[in-house]
Parts: sequence; C-alpha cells; structure tokens
Amino acid sequence: MNSTNSKVQPIPKVALRGVSKQFRSKVGFVKALEDISFEVYEGEFLCLVGPSGCGKSTLLNIIAGLERPNTGEVLLDNIPVTGPGSDRMVMFQEPALFPWLDVFQNVIFPLKLKKGLKRQERREVAEFYLNLVGLSSFKRARVHELSGGMKQRVALARALAPNPKILLMDEPFASLDALTREQMYTELQEIWMKRPKTVIFVTHNPREAACLGNRVVVFTPRPGKVKAILKIDLGFPRNINSPEVAEFAQEITDVLKNDSSKQ
Amino acid sequence: MLPLMVFAVLCVLWESLVWVGVWPEYLLPAPSQVGKYLFKAVIEGTLPNAALVTFRRLIMGYLIGVITGVPLGLLIGRVELFRYTLGWIALGLQALPSICWAPLALLWFGQTEEAMLFIVVMGCVWSVILSTESGVRNVPRIYVWAARTMGSRGLHTWVMVILPAALPFIVNGMKQGWAFAWRSLMAAEIYITIVTGFGLGHLLHFARELHAMDAVLGIMLVIVFVGLLADKICFAPVERWIRERWGALKE
Repeated sequence: MNSTNSKVQPIPKVALRGVSKQFRSKVGFVKALEDISFEVYEGEFLCLVGPSGCGKSTLLNIIAGLERPNTGEVLLDNIPVTGPGSDRMVMFQEPALFPWLDVFQNVIFPLKLKKGLKRQERREVAEFYLNLVGLSSFKRARVHELSGGMKQRVALARALAPNPKILLMDEPFASLDALTREQMYTELQEIWMKRPKTVIFVTHNPREAACLGNRVVVFTPRPGKVKAILKIDLGFPRNINSPEVAEFAQEITDVLKNDSSKQ
Repeated sequence: MLPLMVFAVLCVLWESLVWVGVWPEYLLPAPSQVGKYLFKAVIEGTLPNAALVTFRRLIMGYLIGVITGVPLGLLIGRVELFRYTLGWIALGLQALPSICWAPLALLWFGQTEEAMLFIVVMGCVWSVILSTESGVRNVPRIYVWAARTMGSRGLHTWVMVILPAALPFIVNGMKQGWAFAWRSLMAAEIYITIVTGFGLGHLLHFARELHAMDAVLGIMLVIVFVGLLADKICFAPVERWIRERWGALKE
C-alpha cells in the first residue's frame, strides 16, 4: 500500500471561509449550509460526501460562482470568487450537453470562448480531448444518439478542453449503470494522473469517495456542516473493488452514521 | 400513389353527383367547372396577380411579426418586468381576432397597404411572442449555467444558448403565427378594399357578389394550396432538422 500521494502540495488552491447558505421556502428560511470552512490543495482530488439534501451540490455551485453564499466567501488563489469563470469547469449531474450541437461542436464550445486560440488550435485541442475520453469516432454524432456513459464522457471532454485549473464534479456518474460507472472511475483516474488538476467531487457514495479522493470531507445532514475530513492514504490508480478502498469506505460510512461530530 | 387515387375517386364522385343533378349548379359547381375557372383565371392573369399581391402582403407582415416577436419573446421570458406588462398584453391580444383591428387600422392608416400590414402583424406577432417566451422559460437552467462556467456572458449566452435551446418552441410559434397571419390577411382582404392591389380575398369577395361559385371554390383551393406549400417548403425541413438534433419522434 503506497502511503502518501506526491501530487498533494501544501498550497491552498481553493479556500472556503465560513460559507453559509439559506433558502426561502414555504415554511420560512431553510438552512442549507452552515459555516463551511476547508481548503483544497493544488492538484488534489477532494471528495465531498454527505447524505442527499445536505447542500453539497449547492456548495459546489457556490465554488463555481453560480450561486452566492449568504455569509462567508470562497477564495481562489486568495482572490474572492464573484462569479463563474472558465478556470473552474463544472460537470453537472446531468451531462448538460447542447442538443442543437453535435459531439465535436459541444467539446469545442468552451474553446471558442477562450481567447488567443487559433481556429486550427481549437480543433486540435477538441480532437485531443475527444480522443482522451475515447470518443473520436463519435465526433459528428448527435447528443441523443449517445448512451448515458458516452454523454458523460463528452461532458468530461468539454470540461477538460479549456484546461481549467479546477474541475468541479457534481455526482457525474450517479445516473450510470454500475458497470459503466466502474469503467468511468478507472478512466477518470487515468485522465487525472495524465493531466493533474485540482478536482472537487461531490458524491453520496462512500465507496466512490474512497476510490477517488486524496481527502474526503464528510457532511452532516441538513443543515450541511463539515463533520470530518478524512485522508485516504492509498496510491493511484485505485480499484473500487479492492479491500483497501472498502476499508476506507467503511470508515467514511462510520463517520456519516456517527451522531457526535469529530474533526 | 394511393392517396392520389382516393382524391381522384372523390372528384369523380363529386362530378357525377353534380351531373346527375342532386343539387343545382349554382349551389355547388362540379370540379370540372372549377378547373375551367382556374385555367381561365390563370391564363388571363387575374389569379396569379391576385396571389402575388396577397403573397407580398403576407410575407411582409409575417416577417415584421417574426422579427419583432422573437426578440420581444426573449425579453419577456428573461425579464420579470416585461413578463408582467408586455407578457399580459400579448396574452390578451392573442385572444383578439386581428380583424377586430380593422376599424382602427383604417382610421390610422387610411385605405392603404399599411392598414393591411398592420392587421397581418397584429394577427401573427402575439403567438410568436408567446411561443418564444415559453421556449425561453423552458430552457433548462443547467444549459445557461454550463455556458456561464465556460465563460459565456450576455449577448453570447442569448444568441448561442438560449435562442437555440428555445428553437423548437420558436419554430412552433412561427408556424402558428404563419397560420394566423394567413387567416388575418384573408379576413382583411375580404372586409377591406384597397385600390393599390387586389388580392385573393378581394377576388373571393367579388366572386361572391357575382355569385360565381366556381370562382369561389377555385380561389379557396388556391388558398389551401398556398398554405400546404408553405408548410412543406418552409416549415417541414426545419422541423425535420429539429427532430433529428433533439432526437424526438425517432423512427
């Protein structure tokens, strides 16, 4: 068992400082997130685990700059986040591919918004990432012609193409069947090892978190608070079915179930 | 082939019923008489000329309706203030048959082409606005979010994301708007006489006054034919493209 991971460096890439969020609903204000603070380091794969409805998707949207916190702030390279930016690409639960574009046009979409790229360069980059996710032969396919797993792979290529510093993933594999999902874990790890990025990955599945994360932030149910931050001391690539991953998954599950909070 | 034969059989049946004398000729002329009128009117040029006049009005009014309707619909769909003002006006005026504008149109514009255009625009613009609005409102938020994280802002988001995402609705509204424009124009041409051009509606009106039912039926056929043609030439390819991209109604 490899112990430490060399990719983790002690520079906080993203820092959350006392982030809270509440929503107005029929019964009054509902607290979704309460006083969330943690750091994400450069090149780190950080998983956010919590029960459904603990506000972890909201937290990801706040880091993306799509939603604003009520209090607290998100720092990116020590600068407060005020809105979305292509330095933080998001992979949503649904692929969110544009149906009026074909696969290639979808992947090249963010590149057309990136300044300083020539036409030919854009095409090459898009081809590269389509190839990376193994879909170069589906360049001209329509979105609706793809399977769920293929759609998420296109979404991954689209998110990676503009070379963001940070990749935000919101349960991107939740809607896939078990076999495809396991394949995606392997592919994601391969891609991440080839092109290191800071990744924040939201999931409700402890095993998924144990398989992918350098560290795992465990949330309490409503309102979402940080319950514990666990370090997964395993080398990459990891196999989701290995006993080591299962052991860490058990540890995460224990923390999730445990009522008393520990840090 | 089979549908064609069905129509042929129906025509023969109609023809023979007229010749047998089930009802008098002045109530319902035979298809052959209608055909004779159509042939004569095409040779003389009255029918093509009238069709041209009508078509010009229709295209002009329709284009004005679409060009103003789509941006207004986008605006209503995205801006709360417009939604509760212009949106309500659109909803209300869509319920008003546009021929009701005829008295005001005549007062404001006189017996001119503008009066005609006004009635056509009033006929089609509201349904274009409302369909565009519901299209915009039905754009999944996730598309806009995805685009924004990729660096899309303002006009780019509108043109490259919201507009194409709303396209199925917009095309639907354009189709409906076309039908409304066509109906409005016919009503206007039958109701108002304008000396700068005699359209199909006028021909129909005069044919009625002359009690020439063969002409009435012939002109009605032309109107139906134009409507079908517009659908097949303009809308069907766009709808096919949308079906292909969005993957609805796969065969």
